[in-house]
Amino acid sequence: MSDLAIASPISSLRRLPGVAIVLVLLIALFGAIAPGFLSAANLSNVLVQSTILTMLALPMTLIIMTEGIDLSMGAVLTLTSLCVAIVSLATQSMLLGLGAAVLVGTVFGLANGWLVAIAKIPPFVATLATLGMAHGLSLIVSDGQSVVGIPHSVRDIYSAKLLGIPVPILMGVASYGVFHGLLYHTRFGTYVFALGGNRDALRYAGLSPTRLLIAVYAIGGMMAGVAGLLMTARMNSGHPTAGLGLEFDAIAAVAVGGTSFERGKGWLLGTLLGVLAVGVLRNGLNLVSLPSSVQVASVGVLVIVAMFLDGLRSRA
Amino acid sequence: MSDIAKDAPPPPWSFLSHNAAQLFYRLLAALLICIVLSIANESFLSLGNILNVLRQASLTFFIASGLTLVVLTAGLDLSVGANVALSACLAGTVIHQTGSPVLGILTGLVAGGTVGLMNGVMVTAMRIPSFIATYGMLWVLNGVTYWYMAGETIHGFPAGFRQIGSGYFLGLPIPVYLLLVFLAIGTLFAQRTVWGQEIYAIGANPVAARLSGIPVSRRLLLVYTVSGTMAGLASIIFLSRLNSAEADIGESLTLPAIAAVLIGGTSLFGGVGTIFGTFVGALILTLVLNGMNLLSINANWQPLVTGIIVIIAVWLDMKTRRGAT
Repeated sequence: MSDLAIASPISSLRRLPGVAIVLVLLIALFGAIAPGFLSAANLSNVLVQSTILTMLALPMTLIIMTEGIDLSMGAVLTLTSLCVAIVSLATQSMLLGLGAAVLVGTVFGLANGWLVAIAKIPPFVATLATLGMAHGLSLIVSDGQSVVGIPHSVRDIYSAKLLGIPVPILMGVASYGVFHGLLYHTRFGTYVFALGGNRDALRYAGLSPTRLLIAVYAIGGMMAGVAGLLMTARMNSGHPTAGLGLEFDAIAAVAVGGTSFERGKGWLLGTLLGVLAVGVLRNGLNLVSLPSSVQVASVGVLVIVAMFLDGLRSRA
Repeated sequence: MSDIAKDAPPPPWSFLSHNAAQLFYRLLAALLICIVLSIANESFLSLGNILNVLRQASLTFFIASGLTLVVLTAGLDLSVGANVALSACLAGTVIHQTGSPVLGILTGLVAGGTVGLMNGVMVTAMRIPSFIATYGMLWVLNGVTYWYMAGETIHGFPAGFRQIGSGYFLGLPIPVYLLLVFLAIGTLFAQRTVWGQEIYAIGANPVAARLSGIPVSRRLLLVYTVSGTMAGLASIIFLSRLNSAEADIGESLTLPAIAAVLIGGTSLFGGVGTIFGTFVGALILTLVLNGMNLLSINANWQPLVTGIIVIIAVWLDMKTRRGAT
């Protein structure tokens, strides 16, 4: 708890190998055994499919840096995706749908933040409870059915291209840019490092760790709202169980990316590489026709190994 | 994270009376729910429904009782639901292939216990925080179970085996007898054995526990293995009651189990709580869900309500503990 770790370029470089090696190995492996893996179309596909995960994993990095976790993200994403579908269906407006999704997501984020920062309920349990609530609400508003017939303006987002680059990829890159700026070039970012590394220092500096913590969780909820738009666009419908479990991929990406669960050390670029590693792993296993159950189990093993190594590194 | 236990230098009697009061309030809450439900719906007080509530509560209790021990050590086991699913599918396969319920039951218990042991190894030898280790395990188990079942359902078991979950003895469902047995064993183990008391000590202060010579790692291994084995036991009851096994049967079990533990007054920070409290917690949760059922509220509301109950339970518990010190 004592050392306040601000990621310097040097420490970033030292950590680069871990996740980068994993990524290169995975690409080499699937390039060798999976037919068509290295084709431009498939690689572009991997990137497009990784955007939703990127939008969850970036705020998850911040949350985990504060020694927290958000298990509700996948369920909240499902709920916001339904919001996009229902509102855009009713109003024929994509922007109103996005607005509703961001609003609902932010409310859940604020609730998580309140439960963790003010009610002081351990994050694992608080967000597991809100997971249940978001899942329940998804079932209630959709009555367990898919919401179909959403307007073209929503669906087109997923397939549209700008300057020849798919819009989802641009959104993912933009999200990374915003989070990079936020974490490394604003005071807020420095405070986030301090939230996990040295909370007392914040208090002595006259800042409110409580409010900062709530803000971090709220950002997570908000991003789940934005990702909800992409989710609905991708499936061309809203589905009451569509995003469940995605928080696990996000946590896996963060863990593999070298963000520590214990000491406020985070590395945003590592998370991005982690997202790609998870994306490549799932895509590659898919191409060699292993069922999604094997993908889920492999990501589970990936997390346990990453956490084990993280623990070794922190004790070394 | 505030340490409630740390700033608690209470008068010597307050620990006991506080816990007794906590238990009293919970029983009172259960009674209140019963009164409200019996007024709202006349079929609540029917014998059939009461037995149904008890049987439901016993299923939650089996998973939650092992989990209570884990939470007493300030850990958490998020893999219990997925463990039930895998154990049930393996046990179901063995019964189908060999025709022997005894072998099936053994398979379920051993599978559940093995998963628990692996959790314990990750927490002790590999020193991964229990939340993350068991969360990773949850997804590994999910993946393995879905892969193993490949969308199939195992259906139809011998009549004798089905008695375990759906049979009656002297007018009471058999799971209720099992509940009483495990309630007694669990309470005796936790309150009246050295190992049980060591588990409380580890949760209250792991460093002090280690310094006073308690083999912390071995006790933790035991606790996670017991939690897994109880999940294995629950899987047998499920299997015998549903008369079928599917990969997704565990998905809605983890949150209620955690809810029962927390409603029962076991502290997430370790060292405080009882198995009997967890029984009362399972009863309260089952009463609420049963009541919603009787008032014909859509089952879709259940995860929402369970989530809200968990938060209220933890929050109230922390409030009252803070007030009591």
